[in-house]
Amino acid sequence: MENYSTTLALLNLFLPLLSFVILIFFGKKIGNAAHWVALVLISITLGIAISIFANVFVNTGLPILETSVPWFSTGSFSISLGFLINNEAAIMLLVVALISFLVHFYSVGYMKGDPRYSRYFAYLGIFTFSMNGIVLADSLIMMYIFWELVGLSSYLLIGFWFEKESAANACKKAFLTNRVGDIGMFIGIMILFFTIGTFQINGLVEGVHNGAFAGNMNLLTIAGILVFMGAVGKSAQFPLHIWLPDAMEGPTPVSALIHAATMVAAGVYMVVRIFPILTPGALEFIAVVGGITAIMAAIIAITQNDIKRVLAYSTVSQLGYMIMALGVGAYQAGFFHLTTHAMFKACLFLCSGSVIHAMHHALHKLKDHDTDPQDMSNMGGLRDKMPITFWAMLIATLAISGVPFFSGFLSKDAILAGTLSYYHLHHGWTIFLPIAGFGAAVITAFYMFRLIFLTFFGKPANEKVYAHIHESPFQMTFPLILLAGLSFALFFTLPLSVNPIDNHGWFTEAVPMIENAAGLDMHAVEEGIHHAHYTAMGISLTVAAIGILLAVLFYLLRKVDAAKVAGVANKLGLYNLSFNKFYIDEIYNFIIYKPFLTISWLCSKLDWDVYDQKFVDGWGWLTLKLSDKSGEVDYNWLDQKVVDGFGKITQYFGKNLKLTQNGVVQNYLLGGMLGVLLLIILIQQF
Amino acid sequence: MESSILTLLIFVPVAGAVLMLPFAMLYGKENAHYYKWIAAITTGIQLILAGILYLNFDPALSIAESPFTVQMNWIAHFNIQYFLGVDGLSIPMVLLTALLSFICIISSWKIEKQALGYFSLFLLLDAGMMGVFLSMDFFLFYIFWEVMLLPMYFLIGIWGGPKRMYAAIKFFLYTLFGSVFMLLALLALYYYSDPHTFSLITLIHTVGSIDAEIWGISVKYLIWISLFIGFAIKVPIVPFHTWLPLAHVEAPTAISVILAGVLLKMGTYGLLRISYPLLPGEVVNFAYMLAVLGVINIIWGATNAIAQIDMKKMVAYSSVSHMGYVLLGMAAVISDSPAGAQAGMNGAVMQMFNHGTITAMLFLLVGMIYERAHHRWIIFPNDYEKPELAGQQGFGGLGAKVPVYTGFVAFAFFAGLGLPALSGFISEAMCFIGGFSVFRTLTIIGTLGILLNAIYFLRAYQRIFLGPLNEAYKDLTDISHRELFTLIPLVVLILFLGVYPAPLLDMISPAMDGIIKIVQSVI
Repeated sequence: MENYSTTLALLNLFLPLLSFVILIFFGKKIGNAAHWVALVLISITLGIAISIFANVFVNTGLPILETSVPWFSTGSFSISLGFLINNEAAIMLLVVALISFLVHFYSVGYMKGDPRYSRYFAYLGIFTFSMNGIVLADSLIMMYIFWELVGLSSYLLIGFWFEKESAANACKKAFLTNRVGDIGMFIGIMILFFTIGTFQINGLVEGVHNGAFAGNMNLLTIAGILVFMGAVGKSAQFPLHIWLPDAMEGPTPVSALIHAATMVAAGVYMVVRIFPILTPGALEFIAVVGGITAIMAAIIAITQNDIKRVLAYSTVSQLGYMIMALGVGAYQAGFFHLTTHAMFKACLFLCSGSVIHAMHHALHKLKDHDTDPQDMSNMGGLRDKMPITFWAMLIATLAISGVPFFSGFLSKDAILAGTLSYYHLHHGWTIFLPIAGFGAAVITAFYMFRLIFLTFFGKPANEKVYAHIHESPFQMTFPLILLAGLSFALFFTLPLSVNPIDNHGWFTEAVPMIENAAGLDMHAVEEGIHHAHYTAMGISLTVAAIGILLAVLFYLLRKVDAAKVAGVANKLGLYNLSFNKFYIDEIYNFIIYKPFLTISWLCSKLDWDVYDQKFVDGWGWLTLKLSDKSGEVDYNWLDQKVVDGFGKITQYFGKNLKLTQNGVVQNYLLGGMLGVLLLIILIQQF
Repeated sequence: MESSILTLLIFVPVAGAVLMLPFAMLYGKENAHYYKWIAAITTGIQLILAGILYLNFDPALSIAESPFTVQMNWIAHFNIQYFLGVDGLSIPMVLLTALLSFICIISSWKIEKQALGYFSLFLLLDAGMMGVFLSMDFFLFYIFWEVMLLPMYFLIGIWGGPKRMYAAIKFFLYTLFGSVFMLLALLALYYYSDPHTFSLITLIHTVGSIDAEIWGISVKYLIWISLFIGFAIKVPIVPFHTWLPLAHVEAPTAISVILAGVLLKMGTYGLLRISYPLLPGEVVNFAYMLAVLGVINIIWGATNAIAQIDMKKMVAYSSVSHMGYVLLGMAAVISDSPAGAQAGMNGAVMQMFNHGTITAMLFLLVGMIYERAHHRWIIFPNDYEKPELAGQQGFGGLGAKVPVYTGFVAFAFFAGLGLPALSGFISEAMCFIGGFSVFRTLTIIGTLGILLNAIYFLRAYQRIFLGPLNEAYKDLTDISHRELFTLIPLVVLILFLGVYPAPLLDMISPAMDGIIKIVQSVI
């Protein structure tokens, strides 16, 4: 049985990689049939994911699969690779495979005619492979490996249309921003490793449970926050959220798959995995980050005009919700929202893709290359022309806005109950969390309906374009219908409950509350959530209604002039603040990016022009100067003066003494006598 | 056979160089055809020999036990031996040298200028490098170390770029400066040890008892410092590094590959082969310093690389950064966590090998674009010879024009920035993990390198390959079969070791255990 499950897990992991390998090497030959390779392999992957998922309903209390093999070892230091499939992982595998399959399917229509058609499907393959790796990983180091690999596939897909400067910038920004978080994650992993001695997630939980950090819980808090940094990057949490909206430069199906439903949820999933070792301190930090992200991104989404950007900020905001849920201990709710969000947000993105596709083709026919096909102010009234897209998008919008009967209502409600309960337990500043939660809820309902009204209602902005709008082909509408269907609450509560406001169902059975090994009393949390449940539901229904109502007044009935309100708000700079995304990009640019580049430039000047050319070569110059001098001394003085001096003296004497050699024998004799006399005198002296 | 394989590894290239002489007499010096084929065949044989060595290598055996070891008297009067051996520390370097030499000959196929000189000098260089990694006698080691220097000087000085003479002399003097210190250490080790010997294996046991002092400073300390300066210049450790960007930029492609791929490793190899086992007490005292220098290398190299507008110079500075990981990993030898010490040391040697393959690929790729475009500016400098281009982007949008080449560059860049599943990741991670077990704060600063390395690679990638196609390159040709032939072995190695590093680590780790044991015995 275990071998069988291992084989399934291996196939689930590697089939998408096979798709990548085939399409990268033979893509040119396969050409426009590339999607067949990818579709067949992803379908099998989906089948396997479903069969693994079936185990969720068999409650054994044990993981579905836990296995590992040594990767390498140097004796004391070793790393093993393995799978840990519990219910959460099995659900996540299904989510990934399902959305990936639908996106493959959808892309057949959306990417038709692209010059790099086969490469697109190859990239989808490597993405699905890496994402499955994150889900299956049984150790933090393995997770980190696939973590970086999804970063790569995200880079490749965001930059898929790399001829556009904006796409080229966006993919680089995404990779680098993620790396900032990854550094923290890596350091956190190292702390955990050297304290507990393992990278295995289960081993870490056991280690913390057995008191590996006893007396040093602050270190565990720090480690938890550091590992969470990875999620801040990947799940686009404040302050590293800046890459996700730019990532919309990628093809829209990619945005649905990677930047809405799965990869960005990997951070949330990671926090789910390590939840038992997160201390209350770390969780508090996580909750605050999530809360800030949820409300801030929602505020930004109000004023965006690009249909994909609205959805991008909405994604950031919803991810903030999930993170906040985990932070306040609402483990179940956080993961639940991940799942429901994956469906309705993928649906929303694919719908926006359908709209953009239609706009693009209409503009193409009109040979209009200046009008932005993603700008909502160029749309309007599309519901008659694109009924399937409209209905699917409306259903998904109802889900995200938290309207009963739809999935988002259940999961969001549970999160809000969690924040309320957290406030009841801790009081004080923690009121920020429910405020952020309910505040973001009202704003979400507002901006989502704004999007619906601007796109599908009202008068068409341009009749000529409108005339050329058509509903998308079957490959694109089929995934929309399916995902819209999965946005109904019923699918998450069956078979235990058909009550639309009760979230009990297979999901809550499959993902029960778990124990925290780092000192958080989960029973108190659970009880608190239970008590806060109805209050939260009441408030959340009210705020959703307010949000929708406001949107109706502003954008459907046009009772209130949005521009006027914006103008009033802008007296305090509020509109611009939202429209310019709180100027965070500009701030980073000004305080980090530009100064850093300047520093790096200065360093290179210092390294080369100063240190090398002046200092190092200075020694060379000095040596040359010294050798010049010594050469001068050597020749002009030592040689010319001293050595040649002797010669000159010798020459002088020679010249003068030769006069004595005059050939007169008497003189020689006289000289000889004088010499002998001198010798006698000298000898007598001693 | 087994005992002659090491000798053959060194002298097959020498024989190849000698063989070129009769050809030169018969067919003239300018007939490049013969010389490149002779060089290719000799380095090919050398590569096969290295392969045989690898297949028969048993990591569990020490130098003394290994059947490959050759030990005989050379200059008996001074107890100088012809002593060759191979263990887990040297075998990755031997394999790397053999592989890169062969690849470099193939990549030099288009060299026409004084081919006889080029290929014969290259083979001498090859012999010198092999000799350094195989010598177990310090005197012999020193001879080979110097043997390498001269061919390198000429290869840069004659076949290099516009500033080749300046670069060659700078390289030569810098290295010679280090050699002088190494020579001092060599003599001191000989005279102070009892019995007088140059054998690196015997010295492990005899150096410990030296307690002499000069001017009140321990001789062992002075020996360590001298060796350190000698090796630091080769690594190169900041601030002894400025010969490197210049030499790399001016050298012809193949020589840059050898410089970065093999020569830099000699510094860290020397530290691990000579300084570590002989002077464990000094290693313990200096470990912190080594870690500091390692982190400085990582950060300084990467920060400088970000500012470079010449591709080759960027890759050169990236080498400075990547060698910093090696130093940080090596410093972890003193870790009180066995896992930490092993991770660091094994990671360091693995990083030496992996950096060799990755950086070789980077230089080969830069060489290919240079051959086609005749420049390699990411951004043209402000004082460029054609003023209308000054400050402009050098390339742009090549991804659409030369997709295969682009794919290889992407592969090499991502390997360089340490992407998991490619070999650099594991070795870098292990260096950090090792470092972290001893030097927490330093290592945390060092991990910034993870980000900085990504910055310059991705910036360069964007500027060269992404965006709209620069019309000046609309006729650019994609990679040729010969070029593919040089790249594919490296791609395979980088990918294979990234996915499955065990074969490499299994070779290295017994040797590292030995060194760790020696060093830890004095703590």
